[in-house]
Amino acid sequence: MISITEEAPVVSGSSDVARRMARIADEISGPAADEVDQQGRFPSETISALRAEGLLSALVPRSLGGMGASYSDLSQGLVSMGRQCASSAMVVAMHHIQVASLVRHGRNDLLRNYMVELVDRQYLLASATTEVGTGGDVGSSVCAVDVADGTFRLEKQAPVISYGRFADGILATARRSADSPENDQVLALCRPLELELEQVGEWNALGFRGTCSPGFILRASGDAAAILDDPYGDVSTQTMLPVAHILWSSLWLGIASAAIDRARRFVQAEARKRPGMTPAAALRLADATALYQQFADLLRCSVARFEDIQDDPDRLSALGFAIAMNSLKVSSSTLVVDVVRQSMVICGLASYRMDTPYSLGRHLRDSIGASLMVNNDRIMGNNAQMLLVHRGE
Amino acid sequence: MDETIRDVLTEHGRLAVDAGSIDESTDLFASGMTSHASVNVMLALEDAFDIEFSEKMLRKSTFESIAAIRAGVLEMKDA
Ligand SMILES: Cc1cc2nc3c(=O)[nH]c(=O)nc-3n(C[C@H](O)[C@H](O)[C@H](O)COP(=O)(O)OP(=O)(O)OC[C@H]3O[C@@H](n4cnc5c(N)ncnc54)[C@H](O)[C@@H]3O)c2cc1C
Repeated sequence: MISITEEAPVVSGSSDVARRMARIADEISGPAADEVDQQGRFPSETISALRAEGLLSALVPRSLGGMGASYSDLSQGLVSMGRQCASSAMVVAMHHIQVASLVRHGRNDLLRNYMVELVDRQYLLASATTEVGTGGDVGSSVCAVDVADGTFRLEKQAPVISYGRFADGILATARRSADSPENDQVLALCRPLELELEQVGEWNALGFRGTCSPGFILRASGDAAAILDDPYGDVSTQTMLPVAHILWSSLWLGIASAAIDRARRFVQAEARKRPGMTPAAALRLADATALYQQFADLLRCSVARFEDIQDDPDRLSALGFAIAMNSLKVSSSTLVVDVVRQSMVICGLASYRMDTPYSLGRHLRDSIGASLMVNNDRIMGNNAQMLLVHRGE
Repeated sequence: MDETIRDVLTEHGRLAVDAGSIDESTDLFASGMTSHASVNVMLALEDAFDIEFSEKMLRKSTFESIAAIRAGVLEMKDA
């Protein structure tokens, strides 16, 4: 007996945080998604709703006033949001990546107090890692922080800062000092009163249009304690990279989930028209569903892999773990495009048109960005290098 | 042994400083060695000393200074 369910429960047995994010996604992000995409405007209603529920500090530990949510909670919440509006979900994911870095690598009093303030004011944080001159090689910086008398100064040419204009703070990478080599980097928290952003160009992109990601010249200064305690290399290996790959993959799974839902509804509508005849596209749906399952299970396992060792810097720094987290990013950014494309073949013209319940144009455009944000070839190049010495599991 | 280590660093470490004269406790990563370069250093050390670093030695900390590298090589030679 085949049981027929309309909607696959992506969020099953989910926590409060995941459920609340799912509700905001369904009620607020979804209805605004097309407009956010068409106008390339910031998804302010989603961010306001998350703020109102204190969800921008979901990852902050309870001891600092936050929710102490787990990465799996957040991952599930982002799947739900990615289903409705990938731009909104990308903004939220990028914010939480910054919060995770602060929470896990900012130990001094200034940064601890800032976390408490972030909980209270529900600050939205953005990221400036990419730089003019280094491209996607975020492990190198051209700019340097200039520290004197306990104060830092920084000027950075950033080709892309998502929602830079809407952020309450920006974490920027830079060389430790003017004399430091390009890979001796720190991460500096740049705060509004001491931060000037000069916009360079516009963000008129194929997808993730609502992330509002033009270039900026960033000029910042502030208390030197706003520089994170750990070197950026450690922050990146132990937190930014794994958390980014997990949270990005979560919202990409959401895009795939929305696509496969449309494909399933399309095939089921066909089946209802001619009971007794299995629609031709049903076979392809079975194929796409297997692909989707690979994706969903890969993500679930990867989140567990990170959570198992999240407090063990040594295991987080192991080559095998880095290779696995890089592979996750490359696989999921490929799978999302595959699932969307298969779903489009299933729904046919109805998905190609921009005005049907089966439209998938926005999903396809958004999904293409996944393999470019930190280029898959660059990531595979890093894995290739690590595999020259990795001994296997 | 230290001389061989310094030679390997000179050839593969891409340091911003002279590997022949730096202090044995100088942080190599802070001196410009990228993780990319550290993999090449590792490979060259394995070749020079005819050893194979075990998985648990493949950490940034094993390669962070000349002293750390020496300790690592000795540990692998005894293994
Ligand atoms: C939606 C979106 C939002 C973003 N938001 C932000 C943000 O908020 N903050 C931020 O800092 N950045 C952001 N980025 C930038 C992103 O993180 C990447 O750094 C950026 O997309 C890389 O730019 P690139 O493709 O021009 O450069 P590269 O990565 O340099 O790639 C250019 C080309 O060079 C090739 N290439 C160059 N070097 C290598 C190598 N060593 N190995 C293999 N291939 C190589 C690549 O294959 C590719 O063909 C965002 C990007 C996107 C798409």
